[in-house]
Amino acid sequence: MLMRRLFLGAITVWIVSVIIFAGVEVLPGDACTAFLEREAQGKLLENCREAQGLNRSAAERYFDWASGAVRGDFGVSANGQKSISELVGNRLRNSLLLAFCALAIGVPLAIFLGVVTGLRRDKPVDLVFSTTAVFAMTIPEFVSATVLILVFSVWLGWLPGIVLTSAGAPVPEFFPEILLPVIVLGMVMTAHILRMVRSSVIEVMAGDYVQMAVLKGVPYWRIVFRHALPNALLPAINVVALTIAWLLGGVVVIEVVFNYPGLGRMMIDAISDRDLPVVQAIALIVATVYVGVNLTADIMTMVLNPRLRTHALRGS
Amino acid sequence: MSALIDIRDISVGFVGRDGRTREVLRNIDLAVAPGECVGLVGESGSGKSTLALAAMGYLKRGLRLLNGSAAFNGIDMFAQSRQELERIRGGQLALIPQNSGQSLTPTLRVGAQLGEALRLHSALPANRHAAKVVELLGHVRLPDPESIVQRFPHELSGGQQQRVAIAMALAGEPEALLLDEPTTGLDVTTQAHILELLRDIAAERGMAMVYVSHDLGAIARVCTRVVVMYAGEIVLEGSTRHVLRSPTHPYAQGLLASIPKLDDTTLPIALDGRPPAPGDAGAGCAFADRCALVQDRCRSTRPQLVPSEFGGTARCFFAKEAGRQQGRTIGAAPVRFSSGDTMLDLDGLSISYARPRLLEQLLGRGTDVPPTVDDISISIGKGETLGLVGESGSGKSTILKTIAGLLPPAGGTVTAGNQSLPHAVEQREPGQLRQIQLIFQNPDDSLNPRHTVADILEQPLKLYFGLTGDELRSRSAEILERVRLGAHYLDRLPSQLSGGEKQRVAIARAFAAGPEIVLCDEVTSALDVSVQAAVLDLLNELKETQGTTYIFVSHDLAVVRALSDRVAVLYQGRLCEIGQTDQVFEGKSHPYTKVLLGAVLEPDPDAAPTLAADDIVERAPPARGCPFQRRCPRRLGEICDTDTPPWQSPEAGHFIRCHILLEDLNADRPH
Repeated sequence: MLMRRLFLGAITVWIVSVIIFAGVEVLPGDACTAFLEREAQGKLLENCREAQGLNRSAAERYFDWASGAVRGDFGVSANGQKSISELVGNRLRNSLLLAFCALAIGVPLAIFLGVVTGLRRDKPVDLVFSTTAVFAMTIPEFVSATVLILVFSVWLGWLPGIVLTSAGAPVPEFFPEILLPVIVLGMVMTAHILRMVRSSVIEVMAGDYVQMAVLKGVPYWRIVFRHALPNALLPAINVVALTIAWLLGGVVVIEVVFNYPGLGRMMIDAISDRDLPVVQAIALIVATVYVGVNLTADIMTMVLNPRLRTHALRGS
Repeated sequence: MSALIDIRDISVGFVGRDGRTREVLRNIDLAVAPGECVGLVGESGSGKSTLALAAMGYLKRGLRLLNGSAAFNGIDMFAQSRQELERIRGGQLALIPQNSGQSLTPTLRVGAQLGEALRLHSALPANRHAAKVVELLGHVRLPDPESIVQRFPHELSGGQQQRVAIAMALAGEPEALLLDEPTTGLDVTTQAHILELLRDIAAERGMAMVYVSHDLGAIARVCTRVVVMYAGEIVLEGSTRHVLRSPTHPYAQGLLASIPKLDDTTLPIALDGRPPAPGDAGAGCAFADRCALVQDRCRSTRPQLVPSEFGGTARCFFAKEAGRQQGRTIGAAPVRFSSGDTMLDLDGLSISYARPRLLEQLLGRGTDVPPTVDDISISIGKGETLGLVGESGSGKSTILKTIAGLLPPAGGTVTAGNQSLPHAVEQREPGQLRQIQLIFQNPDDSLNPRHTVADILEQPLKLYFGLTGDELRSRSAEILERVRLGAHYLDRLPSQLSGGEKQRVAIARAFAAGPEIVLCDEVTSALDVSVQAAVLDLLNELKETQGTTYIFVSHDLAVVRALSDRVAVLYQGRLCEIGQTDQVFEGKSHPYTKVLLGAVLEPDPDAAPTLAADDIVERAPPARGCPFQRRCPRRLGEICDTDTPPWQSPEAGHFIRCHILLEDLNADRPH
């Protein structure tokens, strides 16, 4: 079963890589015409194509690109002639840093609040946090980001409103600049996970086995921690996985608002520069992250949910 | 004061949407002495489960205690602190729930859940808990308790889960057990085994039991005293013998008459009408609207519980009259006719759920798992009713799905009339679809909750007959009339109907297509007995007027007997026996049929089941030999494992598939 999932995940990534490659291939022009722009003619174009290896067949080039990608080598960017792996590597690290900080704060907070609001359903605590969560989910990120910058950096002057650290700087230099983007992302994420956990807790607490535990004389907190939560938190795993994938590839807006040097912004820049090798590299990385994170979530759910576990064992 | 459980003048209710308090229990007194076993009987909504849970000081969400008290061992359960309740619940007073599959925590191993009960309620030192868990599991007769400890609840069968729940209740060495429909939803064989276990445990430990059930057969087997509940109050109370043999309340009489019995070839008698909703009982007797003995006085004054001269205590002004008119009225005889023309022919049908695995698919190989259903050849005459019986997992419903085209078979053919039907429902022509209609077990799942009754009935009329406008509506009304629901039901939604009414609508939908063959999949098992009797009556009547051919699937042998012309017995998807109903029920029978018949519980204080075989649940049929080889109480030897048994025929039309010689079939087990 596990082997089957890994195999299917690998196939998905492979198909995505073919689509990315083919997509760039059918675009009019190539990396050299894009880079040379008006000078893309005669000897200059020939030399460039020679250097980029664009004279070979598409299949050959796909094979080169794909086998390089497997080894972590995405070739060189079209304009700066720099190693893509190096460029993207820094950005990936920055995105991971942002995601990690947001998750480290958001997930425990969301689970805690979700459980509390679920257990105290329709009580004041629940109403306050559930309503706040709806607001956090519905207000667009750029609005909340702008408001937070206005309040915390312009009016109060507590936190820097924009990231000025360069992409390749060591991690500690990103603090405290990273805090505001982390807060904005954390808010949205917490709201999604909180609502999921809340409804799941409510459902489980109304279930037959919780009633049975009550009538078996199990103390309340033991019911919550031993009988209810292990079941209620299982669905949260998949939501957290989706959030991680979103944090790594889909937070372009936040990165732009705060000038944060992450993967999303690099993608946007590369697209506007028509730097096709970089676009390909980022697309493939983001796709791999999606597949990898969801796969991990499925496997975790399988490990933690005895029902799925037996099923998986029997299937293999 | 000697009562262990002493409930006094208890009233429980909820606040309805109109702001009025509606009572679910009305001024109930119930006392249970140590070691006594009391049955609480009634239809759904009668308040019997609420009463049992109230004995633990527990009310479901939304319910409130309005009046009275519930004492256990002299302690008022509704006046205790949470800590005190936690000490008593699961300790001296334990519950065995209805659906153990859902009442055991799915993420905790069986051993952990039992260990928790011991930790909370047992005086044993912690280092002896593991051994005690194994001992408890062995005590409830679970095979291989050491391995059960390590399992998760979903890895056990329904019967095994129920045993685990019993073991868990016993962990605290209770003085009293509350059982909330503990065997509902289990197979007959499993039910009989669990009841015998409960009887033995109660006798051996001298525990008091309160047994809640709608099933008088189960109550008869376990209880010495029975309390009959109706619309939140006690209407009759007396010894089991009194209540089952000579009840002095018209409701209890009606309830008894509506139960199909194994030795009875007539249809059970339906109890018309339905109980009042909570809070709507009015000033008089709650049963007045459905009672045959009703007088003016019954509608204005609420009768009190009064001891009657026939024994027992009845809430009825006319208990004496009710007591005198004992003796059962005879139910309608089932319509039996068969023209001899074949209507439906199944030939060599085999059905497989196993899908080839990825590797096998890639290598282009099929799966080598034996098919779920195999070698089914039955031909059913026009106007005939074939009963299909067997335990869960015997393939009864699977066969119906295949006939309806919902599950393509792996092999064999289905012929209706004289046309061979395509396997998949999408390939069948409208005429072929119209011909075969399926009625499902649970109308809550089979009726679209957003469609009105009119929408539901108009679908087949539009689809098969192209009706429109007024004609459509009047035809729908006519069909509703035929299932004894008025035209005013047309604009209602399923949620506005009772369970029995919903099932009538489901039946009406099937008959709206004007089908020749109707497949009934456990159509009465989700209904109360009195409603079940009415539905059986309806099906019988429709058969008479429409000449319909039925296949009637049920796990309830008495129901099958009441309605079927012929019966086929299935085990693990293979036919064991087929014959005329009387031949199967009274003649020579297959050892498996015997096991099934022996396990049936009759609402009779003197009947005892015979438990011939274990109630093990098999997951897959054996690859070779007789399907029943592993559980058969009369296994001959190796031949049963290796050779497919031959069909033998004791009488014309009666076939038994067994290696045992016909003349030995009904002989007692050789010693």
